Amino acid sequence: MGRDTEEKVKQQKLKWMMLIFALGAVMMLGACKKKPPTPTPPPPPPPAAPTASLTANPNTVEKGQSTTLNWETSNATDVSIDGVGEVKATGSQSVTPADSTTYRLVAKGPGGTQESTARVTVTSPPPPPPPQPSATEEELFSQNVKDIYFDYDKGDIREDQQSALQGDVAFLKQHPNIHFTVEGHCDERGSTEYNLALGDSRASAVRNALVQGGIGADQVKTISYGKEKPFCSESNEQCWQQNRRGHFVYTK
Amino acid sequence: MLKGNLILHLYRKKGVRNAILAALLAATAAMPSFAQDWIRTGTGLGVDKVRLAVPEFKSSNADLGSTFNDTLWNDLDNAGIFDMVSKSFFPTSTPGTPADVKFNDWSTPPPNASMLAFGNLAVSGNSMTVQGWLYDVKNVNSPQVLGKQYQDTATLDAARKTAHKFADEIIFRLGGGIPGIAESQIFFVSSRSGHKEIWAMDYDGKNQHQVTHQGSISLSPRISPDGSRLAFSSLTRSGWDIVMFSTELNRVVTFPRYGGTNLSPAWSADGTKIAFSSSRSGDPEIYAVDASGANLKRLTSSKGPDVSPVWNRKSGAQIAFVSGRTGLPQIYIMEADGTNVQRITDEGYAVSPAWSPNGQFLVFSWIRHYGPGAPGAQDIYIMDVASKQWVQLTHDGGRNDFPSWSPDGRHVVFQSSRAGGEQVWTMLADGTNQKPLTNSGSNNQPNWSWK
Repeated sequence: MGRDTEEKVKQQKLKWMMLIFALGAVMMLGACKKKPPTPTPPPPPPPAAPTASLTANPNTVEKGQSTTLNWETSNATDVSIDGVGEVKATGSQSVTPADSTTYRLVAKGPGGTQESTARVTVTSPPPPPPPQPSATEEELFSQNVKDIYFDYDKGDIREDQQSALQGDVAFLKQHPNIHFTVEGHCDERGSTEYNLALGDSRASAVRNALVQGGIGADQVKTISYGKEKPFCSESNEQCWQQNRRGHFVYTK
Repeated sequence: MLKGNLILHLYRKKGVRNAILAALLAATAAMPSFAQDWIRTGTGLGVDKVRLAVPEFKSSNADLGSTFNDTLWNDLDNAGIFDMVSKSFFPTSTPGTPADVKFNDWSTPPPNASMLAFGNLAVSGNSMTVQGWLYDVKNVNSPQVLGKQYQDTATLDAARKTAHKFADEIIFRLGGGIPGIAESQIFFVSSRSGHKEIWAMDYDGKNQHQVTHQGSISLSPRISPDGSRLAFSSLTRSGWDIVMFSTELNRVVTFPRYGGTNLSPAWSADGTKIAFSSSRSGDPEIYAVDASGANLKRLTSSKGPDVSPVWNRKSGAQIAFVSGRTGLPQIYIMEADGTNVQRITDEGYAVSPAWSPNGQFLVFSWIRHYGPGAPGAQDIYIMDVASKQWVQLTHDGGRNDFPSWSPDGRHVVFQSSRAGGEQVWTMLADGTNQKPLTNSGSNNQPNWSWK
């Protein structure tokens, strides 16, 4: 329904535009007709030769950029520019040549024909600056590498984390230049010292699994934060689970 | 020991707490070399406390006088070995010098004191003089137990220090020859500067001040037996390292980096060795090293975290530590060379052991019944190492962790969240007289100096 209505509206608009155009054409024709003819023709002077000049500013552009053609003619009745078409005697127009182009202005009049050309050179844009490899890699890293979550007081990687781990291995194998740190985190329960040791075990478990999966041992560092830098600070299991993890941090 | 076991079973019932404590402590008392410590621990355990009267020292300066008097009273009251005579029982006139002492006023009810500590504080210019006496008021012919004179600058800080000194003298004389702790210090972790740094305070919570300025995370302070160096674990650019701070130079001094995560340093009682946890080989294990950092030796090799070692403070021959080798962390004991590993807790979540100065007891933090849906309380317990009998010392909720013994073995300082945020608390080693020492910011991991 909505699309049909839109279609109708478009068609109506088109009709109106055509009508206005037609009306305008009739009025212009009418105006021309009303011009009074010159009463007494003077002795015909020898028809003056037409003049023409065409410039492009700027005359060198990068691909995709536009330039402005400026032209002037005199004593011409028929002025055109190749590739642009019929134009007024004097004017300017913006053009966006795909390739280097020589524009040719032709001015025809009773006194003859005059041409002028303007060359617009289109240069290829300089190759875009190579994308910052780190930025892109870092983005890819954060999009693709998933943290590994642990059970309470456990430092071994549980079954439901294996797919995340395999995904991490697959990505990191394809990016052997990425260096990263695995941070071992723990929930708030238990002692500071034991949790730091446990966090170390978690980070090492992730690192060992990655290295076993074929990741270069020199790509990955580990650090334990124990319960010193929690992601979530509420005292409930949902929050604690968020804090029991091997967290990947991009380093280079 | 049989008697002890019997009482251990009774312990599950209410009202026998004192009985088991008495048994636990009596067992110790039966061993000659340790008898003295624990007879005098006397906190209603059937051992009479010395009834001590401490009238205010006469002072020409109100601020110095009240600081001195408050500090002295608290020190003696905190010592746990005195029955302090209530001030409301004092006679109307109190002595400032020996000539003023009216023996009968003190030795008979209501004060009924055995001992009287009194004296005066005089200020002259920038200098302060304190004279103090301890009198046995029931021995009229030869009453003087102690007579001391101290001179220092006339500052509140000096008044506090002088009171600590005099209190320690009294405690030494009346407490079985065990030096008092009023001049001891407690190191702890505080985040009130914005970073977790090591702080220190007097044993009574006064004079709290920041010691380290690492600007990262610093944990597990352990002061050396001679008080000259402070070892702790700090997050550095290369990871968790053992960092050594000289309290004499007031700056960090060099100590080796071993690689991996290095945690929980612990001094041997002779100050020659440090035990700590390191994951340099991939798994957190207990290592021992010379105090210089040389001669690193690995002591454990088991999968799972090994952390929080502490030496037997009496013999130096054993190390207690925490291991997760069988799942939830438990307390283990091994010989100092790593042999003969025994597990000494049998359930729950047991961490943070601290060995008593007499080598007889461990205090530690224990969640005895831990399981999904049943997060038990985390409390401080004391265990007689030989018999494995234990007694619960804290009962007031919150997470209670990181116990550390006072030099005289009569007190335990620990962290507790019972009042909300984590704060440092102190108590007598039988669990009585629990009170907070800190209340500003988050403060934890207390470590009591060795003297």
